[in-house]
Amino acid sequence: MCDTCGCEENDNVRIYKPGQDYLEHHHHSHDHTVPHHHHHPGEHQHREISVETNILSKNNLLAERNRGFFEALDIFAINMVSSPGSGKTSIIERTIAEIGDQLKFYVIEGDQQTANDAERIQKAGAEAVQINTGNGCHLDADMVKKAVKQLAPESHSFLIIENVGNLICPSMFDLGEGKRVTIFSVTEGDDKPAKYPTIFHTSNVCIINKTDLLPYVDFDIEKAKNLVKRLNPEMEFFEVSAKTGEGMDEWYNWLKSYSRKPNSNSTI
Amino acid sequence: MHEFSIAQSIIDIAEEIATKEKADQIQSIDIEIGALSGVVLDALEFALKITVEGTILGETQINFFPIPGKAVCNDCNLMFEIGDLLAICPGCGGGTLKIIDGKQLRVKSLTV
Repeated sequence: MCDTCGCEENDNVRIYKPGQDYLEHHHHSHDHTVPHHHHHPGEHQHREISVETNILSKNNLLAERNRGFFEALDIFAINMVSSPGSGKTSIIERTIAEIGDQLKFYVIEGDQQTANDAERIQKAGAEAVQINTGNGCHLDADMVKKAVKQLAPESHSFLIIENVGNLICPSMFDLGEGKRVTIFSVTEGDDKPAKYPTIFHTSNVCIINKTDLLPYVDFDIEKAKNLVKRLNPEMEFFEVSAKTGEGMDEWYNWLKSYSRKPNSNSTI
Repeated sequence: MHEFSIAQSIIDIAEEIATKEKADQIQSIDIEIGALSGVVLDALEFALKITVEGTILGETQINFFPIPGKAVCNDCNLMFEIGDLLAICPGCGGGTLKIIDGKQLRVKSLTV
């Protein structure tokens, strides 16, 4: 809770580069617009006011502003979502290590606590900013805007936003990404899409990770994909092992297909 | 528990309108929740109960209007009500559906 005003909004959200103390406690950007409770005797006529406002409209508007910024700079932004432990960070690490010389990556890491993931990404060779959401279970468009300000990404680059590990809450919050990528791993059960349908319904890409473990688990990859296709017939799939590298080339080719950098087909 | 973020957004919307309308109280607020919106009504009610305290909605009657999900079958064009995203067409058994209603999450109106 904020010591100045006792407010809960953006409680404990911290956005910072690894190795730095956090740069931004919340800035009191929210305004305290609770109307003053003057009571005027005799004024008891009630009026109905039509509102018709999407409850998520504030976040959606901020997300569209982010999207416009990314489009203007030709930045391809992806929002990576999964449950904790599916291998999001490992996939990003391997991607940067293997094609970071061809595509310019920036990474925003979302976690409730610690800068561990941003440190891993920096070691892999990309600039990263960590968002600690405190009690928050998802990133929102405003956090991403602030993190992007710190990253100051170049044009024609790739921005990977690793959301907080959670398959439920991130599904409702547009960050302004170009594509939403949902990851789940073969150790999690092939009925995961049925249990958490909204995130699969709202994603563009589905990565099934840890395929090297398929011989050891009861995971029916076709069953899982069929469930996902019912939730989202347009879904694109990648089956990968971030550990062995199996299947990662297809993922890299997909990323490269979004590179709009002049002469991006030639190795840089 | 994204319902807490949703509850905060509802309060923000109500406070903005109360300011604009120079209202010092909100008698009631009507909220539409689609069955496919991704929000659990019970969880939102709980989150609001905690979050509204000390805000413009502290004493307000909150009315929820659940909106059923509706889909059209991509194979046979039948329109029908659905409760979840994995529903199957009762006409042809097809599983590829286009959602046409039930995703709303909206403050419909309020009385000041």
